[in-house]
Amino acid sequence: MFHSRLKGEYRSRIYNKKKLVLFFFVVVLVFLLLCVRVGYVMIFQSEHYTGMAKKLHERERQIKAARGKLIDRNGVVIASNETVCTVSVIYSQMTDREKVIKILSETLELEEETVRKKVEKFSSREKIKSNVPKETGDLIRSYDLAGVKVDEDYKRYYPFESLASKVLGFTGSDNQGIIGIEVEYEDYLKGVDGEIQTLTDARGVELDHVVEGRKEAIPGKNIMLSLDVNIQKYAEQAAQKVLEEKNANYVSIIVMNPQNGEIYAMVSIPEFNLNSPYTLNYETDEKKGTEEYQNLLNKMWRNPCINDTYEPGSTFKIITATAGLEEGVVTLDSTFSCPGYRMVEDRRIKCHKTIGHGSENFVEATMNSCNPVFIDVGLRVGPERYFYYLEKLGLLEKTGVDLPGEAGTIIHKLENVGLVEMATMSFGQSFQITPLQLLRAASAVINGGTLITPHFAIGVCDDEGNLTETFEYETKEGAVSAQTSENMKYILTQVVSAGGGKNGQVEGYNIGGKTATSEKLPRGSGKYIGSYIGFAPADDPQVIAICMIDEPEGIYYGGTIAAPVIRSLYENILPYLNIKKAEQ
Amino acid sequence: MSSRNHSASPPVNSRQSIKSKNFVKKKPVKKSYFDYSLLFLIIFMLAFGLLMLYSTSSYNAAIEFGSSTYYLRKQLQATILGLIAMFIVANMNYRKFVWTGVVGYIVSIIMIFLVLSPLGYEANGARRWIRIAGVSVQPAEVAKISLILLLAVIISNNRQNIRKISITAKIFALCIPMAGSILIITKNMSSALIIVGIAFVMLFIASPKYSHYIILGIAGVSVILVYLFTGSGFRSERVAAWLDPESYAQGKGYQTLQSLYAIGSGGLTGKGLGQSVQKLGYVPEAQNDMVFSIICEELGLFGGIAVILLFLLMIWRFMIIANNAEDLYGSMIVIGVMAHISIQVILNIAVVTNVIPNTGITLPFISYGGTSVVLLLAEMGLVLSVSKRIRLE
Repeated sequence: MFHSRLKGEYRSRIYNKKKLVLFFFVVVLVFLLLCVRVGYVMIFQSEHYTGMAKKLHERERQIKAARGKLIDRNGVVIASNETVCTVSVIYSQMTDREKVIKILSETLELEEETVRKKVEKFSSREKIKSNVPKETGDLIRSYDLAGVKVDEDYKRYYPFESLASKVLGFTGSDNQGIIGIEVEYEDYLKGVDGEIQTLTDARGVELDHVVEGRKEAIPGKNIMLSLDVNIQKYAEQAAQKVLEEKNANYVSIIVMNPQNGEIYAMVSIPEFNLNSPYTLNYETDEKKGTEEYQNLLNKMWRNPCINDTYEPGSTFKIITATAGLEEGVVTLDSTFSCPGYRMVEDRRIKCHKTIGHGSENFVEATMNSCNPVFIDVGLRVGPERYFYYLEKLGLLEKTGVDLPGEAGTIIHKLENVGLVEMATMSFGQSFQITPLQLLRAASAVINGGTLITPHFAIGVCDDEGNLTETFEYETKEGAVSAQTSENMKYILTQVVSAGGGKNGQVEGYNIGGKTATSEKLPRGSGKYIGSYIGFAPADDPQVIAICMIDEPEGIYYGGTIAAPVIRSLYENILPYLNIKKAEQ
Repeated sequence: MSSRNHSASPPVNSRQSIKSKNFVKKKPVKKSYFDYSLLFLIIFMLAFGLLMLYSTSSYNAAIEFGSSTYYLRKQLQATILGLIAMFIVANMNYRKFVWTGVVGYIVSIIMIFLVLSPLGYEANGARRWIRIAGVSVQPAEVAKISLILLLAVIISNNRQNIRKISITAKIFALCIPMAGSILIITKNMSSALIIVGIAFVMLFIASPKYSHYIILGIAGVSVILVYLFTGSGFRSERVAAWLDPESYAQGKGYQTLQSLYAIGSGGLTGKGLGQSVQKLGYVPEAQNDMVFSIICEELGLFGGIAVILLFLLMIWRFMIIANNAEDLYGSMIVIGVMAHISIQVILNIAVVTNVIPNTGITLPFISYGGTSVVLLLAEMGLVLSVSKRIRLE
């Protein structure tokens, strides 16, 4: 190629040429070896290093799954999600820090010093504030500040605020259920968070528009509840009214379908605002964040319908009467006499009517809520058989309601039940159950003998309220014989139409029911719980309700103060539930 | 290579020259020669280097200096300065540079010592620069070209006695103060190695002997191995990180490992120009020593090998020019430059691919570095100047 010839100037140059060529070929050889090395790394180790590099470059960012909604039986949304924003800053991307500090402290209503500290902190990403309303987030976005990121997130939102607060429960900062239905159905509601895999530079800053992979979030499932917003509202209004009138500690109402255990309403006034569950619903001197304040919050969140037990008192005579009828130790016509007290061993147990009811049959005794008669019935049944019926009616177990923290029965051990214990248990004293346990047992008594599981969740539904999955609940038939059930319905109708429960009567309807007045422990404290259970229509019960008024002032008799509450409730909801009036 | 054929020695001309030789034997027609193919390679390499430098440095430059072209602009200034120097030197008679060898040698040693003075300037944790009137210069780069010029003169003057071991030893000894001061004062082992390597290659090619150099070569390599493996602390950790960079991922092995990530994730075809992720702060100072790894990541195995072949072509041109130089002085200058470039390229790629332990060494023409590019282009000017004196018979 090189068509020229060199002038042979120096003899020694002959060596140079040879060695120069030698050097050149050594260099060629080394270069080739380096090519082999480069090729080896880029072909055979490529996968290894690519994988390691990818691990280094990729960051995963969560996409939060929308939490499933809670929907009432008519498709009304009672817990949904609202979009909120999280505002954060990326140190290395900010150009005008002063402007960022000024705008963020103004729009987010934060101390300028607080914002400054975070803005000037050298970190890849610093969160300024979360749970910022969407409008504020949009406003911040509109300033288009370099290095300021506004990410959208979901926050639980309860449109009815305090409606059924103790039942629904609320969610925490990570959108996880804290109490109530929100906890019980966490697995259904929470969904599966998605992921965005993004590339970042060595400082951890995401590269814009480079999305390596995206796993969409799977939203949580909607739960359809048996609650009926309208019934719940009626019940809350009725409870609120009596709470104020009687200046009571609290008022609880449970409304349930006794045939299948679907709970229409569960009220414990005072309720609290689910959108701000960490604020007490009354004034207090305790400071937020202290242990005392937290204890008060826990107390506020309690649901006395299921979390607390009480001595049911005379409403429990429904159970004793059922046991007596089932056992055959008493019939509707059995006659008794009440001198105003009954001597059991050495104890003189008084009737509430101290002069006595005189001679009366069993139906009349129930109408009178006569303690001595029920002591007789209880003693005739005897502890062993009595406990057998308690068990059959589900009173020795939890109801299995789909809410967390249900309390259990507090009762004597069978071997410790003597005559006195048996006598007091007969009219609902010396043991404790939850109101829901009593309501469940009473339902079995009046629905023909089926022990149902009280519950809220009907199933999983879509956004339009169409059920896609229905939950099954355990039912046990034969808890009570059909005959006894008929007899009990008759007796309890008599109680309302002409007995102690006459304030529970709703015009045009056949109502059955039983009242109770229990003195709270310790005896003699002057604190009472007035309560009433009523169901309608009496011949084919479609709804059963219990009302408890804790520590009312003034008159405390259940028949006087609790029965009218259920009556006014029924006056509203029986037509609403399309329950036909009884034929005259 | 068509351009080379066309411009270097047009076939028509050469045929003419052959013909003329046949007719007029004693009166050869003088044809001046210029190695346009080398010039083309240099310009191509510079353009490619600037492109890759921009690709590699723009992201970090934007973050650190607020301007994505920060490094590119500085390198472009140095490149223009270097091109001017190259054309001036190329158009001068290289034989007028004889005096520069001695002067350059003394000046560069003074400059190395000036690093210790307040003129010294530190960058990236190493004190290797001096700064005069806002221009920073790396004395080690000045030393390399000075040594080439000095050894070329001395070897040329001692060509009759070069086979004598005493003469060889004396000449070789000249590189010791230079390499030693660079090693001790600027802690720049790679530059010291290159200095010694240039001297070794120049003497080896000049001398007809083999045995001396084989012994010297083996001795030199042994010294380096002993130095590496008997060291403690910093040095032994560096060796350990070389043998297993993944176990030292957060320490001494970090840069090497990041470089391997870059090369490995390039694959056959690369991610495409500008698409490197490793340059986004993962490979530290990617635009300096590790630029080859980013080339591999973006342009793939194809791009990486193309760069190696480009250097090989350049070195081949050096060999051709050295073989045909008018005199031994010119030949030795080109051999020195050839030694310089080949050693530096080999060491750089060997470091980047973790064949040898990590030592800071730049890739000629492509890595960021002003002094380096100006003086490299000055060296190219010398080579082109030598090529111009080649006479075609």
